[in-house]
Amino acid sequence: MSDHTATSTGSAPGPNRASAAVKSVLGSAAGRNIGLVIALIVLIIVGTVTSGDRFTNINNVLTIVRLASVTGVLAIGMTFVIIAGGIDLSVGSVLGLSSVVATLAAVQAAAASFWPLMIIVALAVGLAAGVINGIIIAYGNVVAFMATLAMLIAARGFAEILSNRTTQTVKVKGFLEFSDGSFLGIPTLVWIFILVSAAGWVLLNRTTFGRRTVAIGGNREAARLAGINVKRHLLYLYALSGLTAGIAGIMLTGRTTSGTSTHGTLYELDAIAAVVVGGTLLVGGRGSIVGTVLGILIFNVLTNIFTQNNLNTSVQAITKGAIIVVAVLIQQRFANRDVRRS
Amino acid sequence: MITVDHGSPLLEVRGVTKSFAGVAALKGVDLSIVPGEVHCVLGQNGAGKSTLIKVLSGAYTPDGGELIWQGESVEISGPTAALHLGIATMYQELDVVDGLTIAENIFLGHELSNGGVLKVREAHKRTKAILKRLGHPDLSPSREVGSLSPANKQIVSMARALSRDIRLIVMDEPSAVLDSEEVKNLFRVVRELTKEGIAVIYISHRLAEIREIGDRITVIKDGRTTASGLEVASTPTAQLITLMTGRDVENVFPPAVPIPDDAAEVLRVENLSVKGTFDPLSFSVRAGEIFGLAGLVGSGRSEILETIYGAFKPSTGEVYIRGTAVRSGSVPAAVARGIGLSPEERKSQGLILEQQIYRNVTLSSFGRFARGVFLNEKLERSTARAQLESLELRPADPDRAVGLLSGGNQQKVMLARWLVHGTDLLLLDEPTRGVDVGARAEIYSLIRQLSAAGTAIVVVSSEIEEVLGLADRVLVIAEGETLAILDAREIDEPGVLDLVMKGSAE
Repeated sequence: MSDHTATSTGSAPGPNRASAAVKSVLGSAAGRNIGLVIALIVLIIVGTVTSGDRFTNINNVLTIVRLASVTGVLAIGMTFVIIAGGIDLSVGSVLGLSSVVATLAAVQAAAASFWPLMIIVALAVGLAAGVINGIIIAYGNVVAFMATLAMLIAARGFAEILSNRTTQTVKVKGFLEFSDGSFLGIPTLVWIFILVSAAGWVLLNRTTFGRRTVAIGGNREAARLAGINVKRHLLYLYALSGLTAGIAGIMLTGRTTSGTSTHGTLYELDAIAAVVVGGTLLVGGRGSIVGTVLGILIFNVLTNIFTQNNLNTSVQAITKGAIIVVAVLIQQRFANRDVRRS
Repeated sequence: MITVDHGSPLLEVRGVTKSFAGVAALKGVDLSIVPGEVHCVLGQNGAGKSTLIKVLSGAYTPDGGELIWQGESVEISGPTAALHLGIATMYQELDVVDGLTIAENIFLGHELSNGGVLKVREAHKRTKAILKRLGHPDLSPSREVGSLSPANKQIVSMARALSRDIRLIVMDEPSAVLDSEEVKNLFRVVRELTKEGIAVIYISHRLAEIREIGDRITVIKDGRTTASGLEVASTPTAQLITLMTGRDVENVFPPAVPIPDDAAEVLRVENLSVKGTFDPLSFSVRAGEIFGLAGLVGSGRSEILETIYGAFKPSTGEVYIRGTAVRSGSVPAAVARGIGLSPEERKSQGLILEQQIYRNVTLSSFGRFARGVFLNEKLERSTARAQLESLELRPADPDRAVGLLSGGNQQKVMLARWLVHGTDLLLLDEPTRGVDVGARAEIYSLIRQLSAAGTAIVVVSSEIEEVLGLADRVLVIAEGETLAILDAREIDEPGVLDLVMKGSAE
């Protein structure tokens, strides 16, 4: 039982109220994002101090963001799934599969006259895989972890068969020009990441879809008994995550100018790590797109600093691990103050 | 009947008290158990029986009072301490581990081992002996417990108690999961145990069973012992019911408003049933009427509400709203037809505790606050605020987290949700659970106001007094079977209990 009774209408005494205000700012999404912004600034300072101009020059900055874009797009879809209390382990494999299907000889031949076909195919493959995940999870009542683990394994195998385990080079000129191009000095891939993030933010914070997602993650049974069609919504969520995997698939195809079954291996873990570091609760019910974007940038700036300084990738992995643990520890502090425990 | 030696009590409970966050669950319980007796503890839901059991099993430490075990004052610091004294508890939700075998379950926590190596054969031999003593030589010690029926799981739970040196077994509604044949076996086993001098505390709602197996009765009401050590044989049923229910009736219920003769029928339930949960039942509720479902826990009350609401698929029958059938087994369909439910477990089924009030208020209708897919949160907030003000929820701040509110205010948020949605039929399951006495009167008067405004209401409560105080008509139910539909003025609480006890005795 809560000890905040209905009759306590008087305001709290001065000092308590002040500290409560500070706490509520720190507890709000904006407050948690401030922590991430500070972390990012610290990393940028470290990068500037250790590598100077090699780190701060515009080309390096664009490289960081360009490399961040692919997992970034995955992480946006993942944010929705995790806010609803689910998980999607299959996105890396689905990314690989969509890159392979989009670069099949037959598809490329057809795309010779209409290059956007490659994008459409990749998106369709991702969406289809997501819909299958969604049906199995929502209507088959299979735990999301297992259903998407199965898809992770199967999609990779399917991609290997289709590509015959070879790397398929992209020869469609229009597509190469598009993916290698830039607009206002910003590469296409980065634009895609920006657009997906912006769309994700609006979808989460301003639409009925986002509200349903948060409600289901906050209390699935209450959402169901309030009249929300929870199963159908879960299907949509995994379809959305599959779609972002398809987008990421075509982005990586463009960046590497090839499609292969090994594309995207372990990307799902980078995406999940960024989402969690970004302050989205793994148990669902709370999350933030801005946090996810900051999480992605933190990890990619970190990688860049290590690369610039010719540091061992193993040390880099250890640092990443430490960041995840610290972020989750901070998250638990917030979860412990959760009203549910009162 | 066993002759009871009243001279030397095995366990005495003296003035035990226990509070949770300032709410007293036990206000002074006295109980005296002698070896070899079956001592029944009677009381209504919420009287404090479960708390008492947990004090005896060591799950809770009492705040005050004394426990005297075989003449010595003791402190039961935990479940292990209770077992060491010789007190075993069989909970209603049987605490057996499904994935382990019968023998592994029985010796769980005191495994027979030789320097860490399990003595499997010895365990099986002793399990076999205990099962035989319990009248079940047919059960194999190596069988997995998950594959057993509830009745046999109960046997395993009992065997676990017997694998230790136990003097007292506490059984919490052991017959609730059993059919009549299995109850007979249970009673046979209980008699065997008491013959050996083991005492049993037997908790049940079923008066007929208490008459058959019990020796003495202690009645608890509102956390206090109201009568202890009554002889089963010489205490009339009427006296027991008075002892259980005879609280000082506070007149908190607002007066009923007469329903206009031309009030339209809002809900009609025809032949509705869920197999194994409740039998086919039919009733109708008119606009402005409050219809109550009275029965004990497990009678199927809540399931009836949830089936009307579409959360369960019915085996037979239909639900009609204003004469048209509602698609069965679909909550969205029910909500679209103007049915609202305030569920039994408000915190786990009704509200999203960490989210703001306004989001909980608009949860069933936020689509209405959207242009296309884009939500107008300003409109949501102002609508919620207006609703909170009209329900006198103070402060009417739509941005507070629902989890910070008191039980009464959380209930108001649930009501606000359906008022914002605009429901014709409101299903209220335990509307005052977790609501303190002061706020109850307020909730009652809100319910009355809603019905006076033309909403049809169906109310379920484990407090029969509440159902009778609120409802115009009541349906009395026991074990899924409709016993009667009566005018609420024509029956009182003992009358309902009498009907229920008779109904479940059959």
